[in-house]
Amino acid sequence: MSATSAMIMVEGLDVTFGHGPSAVHAVKNASFTVAPGEAFGIVGESGSGKSTVLRALAGLNPAWTGSIVVAGEAQPPHRRRAFFKQVQMVFQDPYGSLHPRHTVDRILSEPVAIHGLGQSDRRIERALLEVGLGPAFRFRYPHQLSGGQRQRVAIARALILEPRILLLDEPTSALDVSVQAEVLNLLVRLRRERALTYVLVTHNLSVIAHMCGRLAVMNAGRIVEEMTVAQLRAATPREAYTRQLLRASLGYDRRAADQFETYD
Amino acid sequence: MAASGDPLLTVEDLWVRFPGRTRVVEAVRGISFAVGREKLGIVGESGSGKSVTGRSILRLIQPPGQVTARRLMFDGIDLARIDEAAMRDIRGRRISMVLQDPKFSLNPVMTVGRQIAEAYLIHHKAEPAEARRRALDMLAAVRIRNPERVFDLYPHEVSGGMGQRIMMAMMLIPDPDLMIADEPTSALDVTVQMQVLAILDDLVSKRGMGLIFISHDLNLVASFCDRVLIMYAGRIVEVCQAARLREARHPYTVGLLRSLPRIDEPVDELQVLQRDPAWLDAPAP
Repeated sequence: MSATSAMIMVEGLDVTFGHGPSAVHAVKNASFTVAPGEAFGIVGESGSGKSTVLRALAGLNPAWTGSIVVAGEAQPPHRRRAFFKQVQMVFQDPYGSLHPRHTVDRILSEPVAIHGLGQSDRRIERALLEVGLGPAFRFRYPHQLSGGQRQRVAIARALILEPRILLLDEPTSALDVSVQAEVLNLLVRLRRERALTYVLVTHNLSVIAHMCGRLAVMNAGRIVEEMTVAQLRAATPREAYTRQLLRASLGYDRRAADQFETYD
Repeated sequence: MAASGDPLLTVEDLWVRFPGRTRVVEAVRGISFAVGREKLGIVGESGSGKSVTGRSILRLIQPPGQVTARRLMFDGIDLARIDEAAMRDIRGRRISMVLQDPKFSLNPVMTVGRQIAEAYLIHHKAEPAEARRRALDMLAAVRIRNPERVFDLYPHEVSGGMGQRIMMAMMLIPDPDLMIADEPTSALDVTVQMQVLAILDDLVSKRGMGLIFISHDLNLVASFCDRVLIMYAGRIVEVCQAARLREARHPYTVGLLRSLPRIDEPVDELQVLQRDPAWLDAPAP
């Protein structure tokens, strides 16, 4: 894929936290490319660096080296406001990511005001309808909503700026399975209707298999393997680490558990 | 009913109520089941009453919560009738409980070794040196590679997977007959999860312990447990052999299974569970 056609191009991304001997090298030389309209997954266990990659991409962590190119523009560590109009993020915990003392109306009107878009009323009504909530939810507080409804509000807040890219960090792992199904269906529909580009980070291989076309597998800060979901479904990963992850994701097996190794 | 002989625990008509300002919340509504020396899974979504069920067996529901049961028979003792002192002899010693997150269940200012040894000393008359030796053995039994080193660590110095093994060592050292594990592996990575489950699995098969495994994860329970109870809105809506969970009949169980994305069976759209109000009051299976 040529550099001009890619929506997201990350090359040689390195993230280190702390200094000296206690420094943690969280992401080591990560590179990947996402085409416009593609859904790209990043899977890994805790501490693999998957969320750190997403946060560097989102502009939430300015301490990185390497290159991040979004929609043809090289990104500086501190992003300009226009970047956030194009790239929005949905976080894992819908209980923590919505201000508890702001109504849904205020939560949704804030990004509109920050970017000076105007027509706040019309935008809020439309965003709520799109995520399947309807106008009745507009003046409620987060504590009056269920977990699934909150995550819909978080998605509406991301969509209200009409971005081209959504970064999703474990968007359903705090939800019950039946609610997860609703939110995943919503995300699939929105991507199709709006030709959005997704980067989805999760520890759950089956969520990636459902949502994405391609994925990167991370372990100990490195991307150990990149593959298509078809390869994942056919259970033909190249790396031993990925095979082990896939085996463990398929359910409990006493014999398999004895053969698990630690990969560093 | 149980895999081998008489059940360890028989629960009959268990109710748990939490009175509120305007209404009484009925978290568990008249459930009955039995556990033998087996792995019994209790599965349900949040609010289904699965954790409250586990806690009420050990009488850990605090007032104003109210627990009533026709019988809570454990080895000839009716847990619903005995006094608090008698209950303290049962708790930990004969029935123990492992919770989801070791970060919040271990004492942060005490080394893990001392905590495990303490669990032994509370229930047995023994010298501290003997307790220490047993704690080290138990750390080895939950497959911690270097027990001597880990013994002197504080909880913040160990990983989540190791913390959960330490919790298990602490709960197992009094050699209980029944263990209640409430989402014991949900906070762990999948590979670590499998290793921790293997330890529990071996304990059940080698010591003949009974295990109540509470989880929201259908696939995990289907592959790990012997039998499964499916809870919905404080009731048991279905009981089945874990290996045959895929043949479940209740529309709630079927709906839950279909709403899960699967690696081996791609679908365009996940099925969304349609809840039927009739499930709330349907008779127990």
